[in-house]
Amino acid sequence: MKHTISILLENRFGAFDRVANLFSGKGFNLHSITIGETEIKDVMRMTIVTSGNDQIVDQVLKQLNRLVDTLKVVDLSEHERTERELALISINYQKGTLEELKNICDIFRGKVVDINNKSIMMELTGPPAKINAAVNVLMPYGIKEMARTGTVALKRGEQINIQKKEM
Amino acid sequence: MSSSKKFINGAEIFFECLRRENVEYIFGYPGGSTLKIYERLYDIDFLKHILVRHEQGATHMAEGYARASGKVGVVLVTSGPGATNTVTGIANAYMDSSPLVVFTGQVPTNLIGNDAFQEADIVGITRPITKHSFLVRDVKDLAPSIRKAFYIAQSGRPGPVLVDLPKNVINALCTFEYSEKIEIRGYKPTYSGHINQIKKAAKVISQAKRPLLYVGGGIIMSGASQELRSFAIENNLPVTMTLQGLGAFPGTSELSLGMLGMHGMYWANQAINHCDVLVALGARFDDRVTGKVDTFAKDAFKIHVDIDPSCIDKNVKVDVPIVGDVRQILSELRKVMPGKPKIDKWWEEIKTWQKECPLTYDMNDGRLRTEYVIERLSEKTRGEAIIVSDVGQHQMWVAQHYKFNHPRSHISSGGLGTMGFSVPASIGAAFAVKDRPIFSVSGDGGFQMNLQELITANYYKLPIKFIVINNSFLGMVRQWQELFFDEKYSFTNLGESNPDFVKVAEAFGLKAYSTDRPQDVDDLIDTMLNYNDGPIFVEFKVVKEDMVFPMVPSGASISEMIVKRLNPQRMV
Ligand SMILES: Cc1ncc(C[n+]2csc(CCOP(=O)(O)OP(=O)(O)O)c2C)c(N)n1
Ligand SMILES: [Mg+2]
Repeated sequence: MKHTISILLENRFGAFDRVANLFSGKGFNLHSITIGETEIKDVMRMTIVTSGNDQIVDQVLKQLNRLVDTLKVVDLSEHERTERELALISINYQKGTLEELKNICDIFRGKVVDINNKSIMMELTGPPAKINAAVNVLMPYGIKEMARTGTVALKRGEQINIQKKEM
Repeated sequence: MSSSKKFINGAEIFFECLRRENVEYIFGYPGGSTLKIYERLYDIDFLKHILVRHEQGATHMAEGYARASGKVGVVLVTSGPGATNTVTGIANAYMDSSPLVVFTGQVPTNLIGNDAFQEADIVGITRPITKHSFLVRDVKDLAPSIRKAFYIAQSGRPGPVLVDLPKNVINALCTFEYSEKIEIRGYKPTYSGHINQIKKAAKVISQAKRPLLYVGGGIIMSGASQELRSFAIENNLPVTMTLQGLGAFPGTSELSLGMLGMHGMYWANQAINHCDVLVALGARFDDRVTGKVDTFAKDAFKIHVDIDPSCIDKNVKVDVPIVGDVRQILSELRKVMPGKPKIDKWWEEIKTWQKECPLTYDMNDGRLRTEYVIERLSEKTRGEAIIVSDVGQHQMWVAQHYKFNHPRSHISSGGLGTMGFSVPASIGAAFAVKDRPIFSVSGDGGFQMNLQELITANYYKLPIKFIVINNSFLGMVRQWQELFFDEKYSFTNLGESNPDFVKVAEAFGLKAYSTDRPQDVDDLIDTMLNYNDGPIFVEFKVVKEDMVFPMVPSGASISEMIVKRLNPQRMV
């Protein structure tokens, strides 16, 4: 099963590397990893999507907690959460397909952000499942290039304090 | 809190920090990027710099020092090759949770990433084998980084911390401030265990019919030996130890079952198989201990005390986890024990196993065997010595036959199994402990991996007793070849190529002896014990084809233990 893990991390040299290293070193699955600033100075938020059985995910969480630079590690899969992803997708079009592509883009509430005489680029945001669905539909048209941000997520409702969970 | 407005350079700050950390010894080797530090060192007298002969030696010495003393071991090396030479030692300390702070020189910050002369990304290289690391990019971060490095290395589950020091940072000027208080918001080890969990454990233990304490190196690190002893005696509990746990509980005690695991005692492993309550204390269910995990203490209710939450449920799922410092937890546990378990029958069972399959070896053919050497050593030193073993068959024989009375007395490379550990680690231990004899026990293979440090031992006149158990083979590998690889002794015979060890030792200035006769063993041990004018060397030429038994084949259940030499075909 996939797990979305949210990490507050010191914005410090090497902190990101330690997290990334953990996944390769311990052989954990890594589906996506994002990092960006937060509302707090010098604190970054990483969102990681991993998978494995309960025992493995338990280890992932414990190993992440063990790092000196992690301030808070939460398995969001256990909580109400909002997950989002952004994708930029370039597709070659032919005469007849341009309208169809624009329609599909509309249906997924995307935006056309670039167009030239060969291809169009659309920007899609939404839950990762929606992006997957859009990619599936667009595939037959011939996706030229695609960039996905990976999942970002936040727990809904109550705030998370900056403090490492007591284990 | 001390502060001054005076500007001093990075090298001076470096030593001021070490002074505050009460560092007695640095194990080091100079080079281009640490010249400024060595310049300052020239005038320093509050600590001693030990000049090693290879940076790997420095890291093992620092670890030997740390494990014998309980303090942090400190290493100082130059950038590039100096730094990369520390990698094995750092990995070793990481696997065995030894507190080290390793300072590495680095090229100036403006050259980092340029493939500059003697540049190596040592922070990157060592990331998976350090508890934490710092690349100090500004001199004002120097003192705080060092402060944190020492704190992180020795708190919680100890481990090595690396501090990378670019040359320009060492030269730069800054005021010095060293805060007493330390606050690392992402790092807060848990020390006191959850009282409800402790009570739950106490209840289960008091009602157990076949309880067993399985103790590891955590007991030694947390200084819990006394508590453990009281707890075991008060409740009449059998205690079995891991390789790193040896010494945590007196090996001569009636309650001690000795070592468990791959080369553990038959009865200890039987006790694991049959216990109904297993209490793991500062031990991590390593695969050399558990064998096949699904069958390890299969029916037992499991209690696990460890300071590192990630050790819990990692290899074996437990029923009552308790995270915290094992000394504090044992002390709480003693207070809340509702009564002692009734286990006379359990003890009878254990005694039966002890009689059924005692630890024996062939003694009657007049040939010299390692087991005999270690047994005599144990007797003659009454378990009071510090034994620093290397890796291989001799290491297992030390673990089986030496009855350690005290914690911090058995120092060996457990997790990483680093050949070449013993010679330098014994040197580090000799700086820490002056009132007990220190023996370094190596095989003929491993001895050759760091023997350059003999000169370090001799130069500092350390009264170490260096023993080489010469079986003319990479014995442990040979044993596996004999048992599991069709007796194809591929590249394990050192017999024709071994040097004359006595001459080697003499070349390094050591008094040296050699024998292959059992009747010389006692005299030579006496000679070593009575010699205190620096190091001394003895080679014991032992039977080549001996094997270590009992043995649980790798990946097998511990019930499938081989207790003596059988037909190899039946063993896999
Ligand atoms: C650095 C290193 N290289 C290789 C090994 C693999 N290894 C484990 S035991 C062993 C044989 C050790 O031989 P020796 O030092 O003579 O000790 P003995 O087993 O004969 O007592 C070897 C090669 C190791 N543990 N460490
Ligand atoms: Mg050998």
